Amino acid sequence: MYGKGIVKGLLVTLKRFFETYTDDIKHGKARYYTEEGVAYRSSPETRGLFTVQYPEEKLITPEEFRFIPFLVYDEKDDGEQAIRCTSCGICAKVCPPQCIWIERTSDPKTKRPVPEPKNFYIDVDICMNCGLCAEYCPFDAIKMDHDYELAVYDRHVNNIYDKEKLLKPASYYADIRPLNYTQEEKARAEAAAAKAAKAAARAARQKKQ
Amino acid sequence: MTEQTLTPTLNLEERFGDWVTPDTRKGYEGYLVAPEHLIDCAAALRDEFGYDYLASLTAVDYLPDGKMEVVYHVSQSTGGAPLVFKVQVPREDPVTVPSLVSVYPGAEFQEREAWDLMGIRFEGHPDLRRILMWEGFEGHPLRKDWKEAYYEEDTKPFKSRWPAGQVHRVEDTLPFGKNVKYPQGFDPEKWTPVEEEALYASLKRVPADEDLPTEQLIVNLGPQHPSTHGVFRMAVTLDGETIVDLKPVMGYLHRNHEKIGERNTYLMNIPFTDRLDYLSSLSNNFGYVLAVEKLMGIKPPERAEYIRVIMAELTRIQNHLFAIGMFLNDLGAFFTPSLYAIEERELILDTFEAVTGSRMMCNYMRFGGVARDFPPGQLERVRDLAFNRLPAIVDEFDAYLTNNEIVRARCEGVGVLTPEQAIAYSTCGPVLRASGVPYDLRRADPYSIYDRFDFDVAVRYHGDVYDRYLVRMDEIRQSIRILQQAVEQIPEGPVIEGKQQYQVRVPAGEAYGRVEGPKGELGFYVVSNGKPNPWRYHVRAPSFINLTALAEMCKGNKIADAVIILGSIDIVLGETDR
Repeated sequence: MYGKGIVKGLLVTLKRFFETYTDDIKHGKARYYTEEGVAYRSSPETRGLFTVQYPEEKLITPEEFRFIPFLVYDEKDDGEQAIRCTSCGICAKVCPPQCIWIERTSDPKTKRPVPEPKNFYIDVDICMNCGLCAEYCPFDAIKMDHDYELAVYDRHVNNIYDKEKLLKPASYYADIRPLNYTQEEKARAEAAAAKAAKAAARAARQKKQ
Repeated sequence: MTEQTLTPTLNLEERFGDWVTPDTRKGYEGYLVAPEHLIDCAAALRDEFGYDYLASLTAVDYLPDGKMEVVYHVSQSTGGAPLVFKVQVPREDPVTVPSLVSVYPGAEFQEREAWDLMGIRFEGHPDLRRILMWEGFEGHPLRKDWKEAYYEEDTKPFKSRWPAGQVHRVEDTLPFGKNVKYPQGFDPEKWTPVEEEALYASLKRVPADEDLPTEQLIVNLGPQHPSTHGVFRMAVTLDGETIVDLKPVMGYLHRNHEKIGERNTYLMNIPFTDRLDYLSSLSNNFGYVLAVEKLMGIKPPERAEYIRVIMAELTRIQNHLFAIGMFLNDLGAFFTPSLYAIEERELILDTFEAVTGSRMMCNYMRFGGVARDFPPGQLERVRDLAFNRLPAIVDEFDAYLTNNEIVRARCEGVGVLTPEQAIAYSTCGPVLRASGVPYDLRRADPYSIYDRFDFDVAVRYHGDVYDRYLVRMDEIRQSIRILQQAVEQIPEGPVIEGKQQYQVRVPAGEAYGRVEGPKGELGFYVVSNGKPNPWRYHVRAPSFINLTALAEMCKGNKIADAVIILGSIDIVLGETDR
């Protein structure tokens, strides 16, 4: 029968139409404006409407989500910021669009380079969010952020981030990337323990001699 | 019937004598052909040896040696590894090489590209105009002595970034209006585009009819046109409503991706490949890392191979879903089918985001593996998609669209490409397979671990728009099959060997890595001279080369069908224009 295909197709549309209601009824109010609701709507089980009502609702950002790098500092007990960056420049060298600028200084007395960068800039207009800087940083000092709401009125004034703007505490990093954070902390603790054991062994050896 | 090889064993020197010499440079392969014998040699390769498919044509500028080289990769449409042959000419203007369009019509756009970007004149080319740059442009941007606006240094990393990084904006040092170099005596205010005249002059005209005087009509579809999926233009001559000739005009999104690639280090190029075909960035990653891994001589660990296959097949599924959805848009089924497709694509993108960190610009594969393993729960999610969600969705799409009488009436018998034409024009992917040529690189020249999976090459035989739609549906089904096997078989283990270096050592030589991307054969031709940056980086873009056949598909059809024929090729302008 001519037109059978169209009718069959329209039945699919009709099914989808009813599914929006049946799914809403089945899940009730929890389907909208709750975190579980958003999670359900982006799961393979979802039926019916899948739209997320941004900005009232937001998609849940997975841990690996990456958007604009930031610099990590550890909070010391006396409230001081211990910046992890040692201005080794690997991030600036690996950056594909070359949007990282690091100024390294030397100690005026000893003439040796100071680890902490004097200045650290990222031009976020140019940054392509590839995450290579965070991936290749040997000190876990630069990490990718989760904050994607960066709209400003004047990009020329606002969009070159300096050190002040880039610095964020390690607790924030632990908050957005818990799995990575615990993994790295474990590795660092192991490395520190190995180093300490080596030093102790050396000390013991020296004592013997 | 006794078993026999389809083609004679390859001994080109025996057949061609002193026309060819083996390429003996270290890390290089194939043959060097004397320019004066190029056409005869190519014709013999096609007719006697069965190398009927021109996979890739590109040029390399060996500035220190004072040579230009044109590199041809030809394949047999029955499968097998590609054969490379090259032509070397002195680097003195005008650089001329005989055109191969008479042997391989698929060379047309690729030769135009080589002329445009490298300045090689192909003698005997029917329509040698610039293709990506505009006609008044001075110079050939891929030559090694050409420098772009915002030029800073020959290679990255730039020295100004570290250790004395004083930030500045490029706009401040090169203000708008002063960042373009014009030829001498060129005034953009007074310039009239000769390009347009040349374009219209290149179009075939309606033959004059004594009895019925008809009016010649030239119509421009695009560059701003909802059907072109970006900024793309088709100049069409019409006889009434029937298309007499058609010329695609492109390059509006050109950003000299290959030049950027040659400034970049090897690793930096991975995120840039995402921006080629931005709908299927993981396939682009895949092709590029394969090419560089060939040069480096490394192989990824087992688990990484499986992850690559899973990601590449998910990419194919979401690309085809999107292509079908958008194709229905072109047909006039405004957005209901495409939103159904986008919904499923969304679920796959969620997985991409959780695994790679980004929905579209994935930047996931590395030389010798992948960037990171699946986070907890994601493999189960992929399994859920592969076994439960996606098969049901494909069936639903089938019921929804395949037998719809309007779809069939619009699509059947429209935009027909015969198998001979499809091979001759170097089309690839679903366009080629819809024309009855079962050529799929996953089977024809298996890479990675595709030889382990059980799947069929989707093929249809009418070569029309409807069959291209059906091939995509079939391919989604086959991809789901591969996914189901891959998630069941995936072993535990590392996803990358050793500690990753931000500066990889790539031995000198050349490599052509190719994958069956969702749009067809996606190839990367990389030449290394042992330095941290590639000497030559060329992308064989399937969307671009498939357009070579667009005119052939459109001729004789109605103007309204040009829109769906273009939609059925499934182009992405990021890749077409590079």
